[in-house]
Amino acid sequence: MRSSVSRLSLWLLLTPFLLWIVLLVLLPHLQMLRVSFQVRESWDTLTWGLQQYQNFFTESYYWRTFVRTGVMSLFTTFLTLIIAFPIAWYIARLARGRSKGILFMACLIPFWASELVRTYGWMILLRESGLFSSWLQALGWVDGPVEMLYNDVAVIIGLVYNGLLFMVVPLVTTLDGMDENLVEAGYDLGGGHGTVLREIVVPWAMPSIVSGCIVVFMLTLGSYLTPVLMGGKDSAWFTEQIFTQFITRFNWEQGAALGVLLLVLSSVIVWLGLKVSGQSLRKVMG
Amino acid sequence: MIRSVPRSRLFDGLYLAYLVAFFVYLALPLLVTAVFAFNDAPFPSLPWKGFTLDWYFADGSYSADGSAGRTGLFHDDGLLRALWVSAKIAFWVTLVSVALGCVNAVLFERLHFRGKEFLYLLMLLPLVIPGVILGVSILVFYSGMANDISAAWGIELDVFRPGMTLVVMGQVTFIATLSTLVIAARLRKFDPQLEEAALNLGATPLVAWFTVTLPWLLPSIFGAAAMAFLMSFENFNTTVMLTGSDTPLTVALFNRLREGSTPVLNAVALLLMVGSALLALLVMGRSSR
Repeated sequence: MRSSVSRLSLWLLLTPFLLWIVLLVLLPHLQMLRVSFQVRESWDTLTWGLQQYQNFFTESYYWRTFVRTGVMSLFTTFLTLIIAFPIAWYIARLARGRSKGILFMACLIPFWASELVRTYGWMILLRESGLFSSWLQALGWVDGPVEMLYNDVAVIIGLVYNGLLFMVVPLVTTLDGMDENLVEAGYDLGGGHGTVLREIVVPWAMPSIVSGCIVVFMLTLGSYLTPVLMGGKDSAWFTEQIFTQFITRFNWEQGAALGVLLLVLSSVIVWLGLKVSGQSLRKVMG
Repeated sequence: MIRSVPRSRLFDGLYLAYLVAFFVYLALPLLVTAVFAFNDAPFPSLPWKGFTLDWYFADGSYSADGSAGRTGLFHDDGLLRALWVSAKIAFWVTLVSVALGCVNAVLFERLHFRGKEFLYLLMLLPLVIPGVILGVSILVFYSGMANDISAAWGIELDVFRPGMTLVVMGQVTFIATLSTLVIAARLRKFDPQLEEAALNLGATPLVAWFTVTLPWLLPSIFGAAAMAFLMSFENFNTTVMLTGSDTPLTVALFNRLREGSTPVLNAVALLLMVGSALLALLVMGRSSR
């Protein structure tokens, strides 16, 4: 009797979970994979084939953008970590009392605005008629308007800005829990700043470094608004090509193949990151 | 570099300068967006022409010199409609995600069954799938199914065409994971003895759940709901793939922005920021009590 009750409750709780995972995650992704292997011969005849993947490798525009997106995402993630770490360290270890809480909250403020609003803010600052340009002219440092938008630096500024929160918050949480004696012991044993950082602080913070990097990398790789609105003519982003296939060209088969490739890229890099740092997905995300 | 380790003056100075630069970097884009919502000029850029509330309240009537007037946010039907669509979507996403989050939290924190580790990993999966792909896969599966069924039997399944239902489904996919994590983290800290005490005192499991466990979870449920609402409201990548003719706010703003920027966009942006800030403060106020 008791075991049948607990079986029943297990199934009652399991059903919504399974419906969610199967209907919204597993089946749609399997279907996307299936569609990516379809080739449309005429409007109502489909055959199986690798045509979509061949297109990807033969058209240099596709794979160049793919590689570019991957490399720029990795670079953005690295830069975000470098920028966020001293801030997280200050908030977790050096700030005291009220200022600690206030600084931490200040890090969260940009995320009361959506990615679109944040990107829009950067556009107002960086474009030719923007604030930076006006200020530089007012200072007499330049003669005419300067265009600072529509280039890769602008895109990276925007992407780092989008990712910072997801790096700072986990870092602060872990660094806050670190025992100060560990660091002192490191110095007492004759370690310099570099050694203490490398041998004590970084290993301690590793789970949060990995989780921060995974989230920032995923966000950057999958972002659309920032590269589209802030990037120049030749700074295409891979998500843009997926959008183009689906929305402008109605070429679902090609779009699905590009989607599968993006998913493979992100999975491989996340997996590599976990392997290299010796972490597990459960530990860094759950 | 901890408080007990001496640091040089130069180092301290540089560190402080870095901190200041960092927070300026964080605040600047939002600050200028907010300020230009009140500039009395048709384009959000310098010079400053004076303060106006036109970008909120102007009703689009012709001005004295005969030029076409400004239309403020509160008279802009397109944006208001998009705002309402977003609110409806966010409401449903919040409801479904929080309900799923509660059920999943109990499932993973309280029950023991075979394959739990594996299912937990599946639960985390939406976090490592780019939002665009979540949108694309749902579009391909459901919209494709609607097409096939229409072609084979002539039955029109309009719910599965791009539109509000698909947007809600797409957003729930990953927001449910986040709300599960928030609620499960709180449930992990719950002392099961409290619930056992209630059972020993004669409460049925259901009564014990509603009178002991659920009140304990409430702060995290509010937190998860606020987060779900904001994330849904602000989502673009998944939404844009699935939206139909009733465009939500982020997509409508994006379309406007591509036509060119006007201070009305700043007005909307400021309104959104204030809204999110109020919601965040409300939740934090509740949870700190």
